[in-house]
Amino acid sequence: MARIIAGVTSSHVPAIGAAIDNHRESEPYWQRVFRGFERSKEWMAKTKPDVCIVVYNDHASAFSVEMIPTFALGTAAEFPIADEGWGPRPVPLVKGHPELASHIAQSVILDEFDLTLCNKMEVDHGLTVPLNLMFGTPKEWPCPIIPLAVNVVQFPPPTGNRCFNLGKAIRKAVESYPKDLKVVVFGTGGMSHQISGQRAGLINSKFDHAFLDNLTRNPKKLTKLSHLELMREAGAEGVEMVMWLIMRGALDDKVDEVYRFYTVPASNTAVGHIILENRKKAVKKPAPKMKRAAARVKVHRIRSRA
Amino acid sequence: MAPAKQKAQKDYDDIPGTYVFDADRSRDGYYLNMFCMSLMKAENRKAFKDDEAGYIAKNFPQLTPDQRQAILKREYNRMLELGGNIYFTAKLGATDGHPFQHLAAVMTGSTQKDYADLMLRGGRAVEGNRSRSGKYAKAGSSIVKADKPQSKAKSKARSKGKKRG
Repeated sequence: MARIIAGVTSSHVPAIGAAIDNHRESEPYWQRVFRGFERSKEWMAKTKPDVCIVVYNDHASAFSVEMIPTFALGTAAEFPIADEGWGPRPVPLVKGHPELASHIAQSVILDEFDLTLCNKMEVDHGLTVPLNLMFGTPKEWPCPIIPLAVNVVQFPPPTGNRCFNLGKAIRKAVESYPKDLKVVVFGTGGMSHQISGQRAGLINSKFDHAFLDNLTRNPKKLTKLSHLELMREAGAEGVEMVMWLIMRGALDDKVDEVYRFYTVPASNTAVGHIILENRKKAVKKPAPKMKRAAARVKVHRIRSRA
Repeated sequence: MAPAKQKAQKDYDDIPGTYVFDADRSRDGYYLNMFCMSLMKAENRKAFKDDEAGYIAKNFPQLTPDQRQAILKREYNRMLELGGNIYFTAKLGATDGHPFQHLAAVMTGSTQKDYADLMLRGGRAVEGNRSRSGKYAKAGSSIVKADKPQSKAKSKARSKGKKRG
């Protein structure tokens, strides 16, 4: 049986991608950001997921204003890197897991989450920057990636509650997949930022810290945030934090926060990052269900042997 | 000026300095955004830079005169007002070879240096930037505790001090 073992959230600021691509990681400004992900890379290398589901948003790359799917799941075998206007980022091709992706699609659609399915889709910095932050810059991504693109460009994005419940449905889908796979779910974007209008540059660290605290301990509270409150408090583009709730919905109610990092700014954005692990259930070898009498006999035998 | 329209009151219009890209704006700005989208291709970027007005007239005749003017004059807030979306208009900025913070500086009426400094100092505060009408000026957030705990912490510290004394 496949299972979700952990969730990761991370900002996906395009300038982070540009800093990587232009080898500027060692500049003090960027060092401050990248240092925060060193332990995360170690964690990822140890965790070795078999598949990652990456929840992100497209930034007018694969989808323009011609088609605006609220939830678009990538069911393809490969996802080319989008040319966002400066040529495609020099990162490895993203390889999918069509079998698990179709299984998820089938399961969650029957659970009444009407996904759009994409058999051809390019992916942009929204997806590739978090991969870099967690995996570094390998020649090939170490595992298949299932992209889940969420519309946060045209208002309204799906509600936080809807996202949280979709996460739950994804978990159910993963757990009904027959192959033994370790799955990590990424929620990307955020944290507070506004990049449009006269209010651009808005950062609300108090809100961000409260969001991180609640993400671990009381995510239900976050599902009640209205878009209005999210946009007012975390910036017009900060509303994309609803995507983190898909990740959180896919985890256990109670999780262990194994790492957290927060810094301001990366370009125009507050960078937030958290790693949450499902509590490891003691490796249950299905305990032999013995009738009491049988158990007593067993104890007796052991004693007599001694 | 754009013709006055009967528009439903939208709660998010109360957020200052913000143009929420909703279905109405998306409809108004469809061709503006599709023009920006066309700049994803190198040959289109070149054609546009060679003859901006000509490129627009030829490929996007549906643009309104206001939209056309906003594009040619690089009025980034006006573009948002007329239905542009920042992820799309950013492509125009990139076509000009500008980093994003140049656009942010234009939109906030600042210089790129001052805007970058603002970000380094922790960004624009939400206080004073919540509400046009003032109705939500002190709304705060349902997940952020009001500043009361601080005084509690102080009183705790004081009581600790007493104990020590």
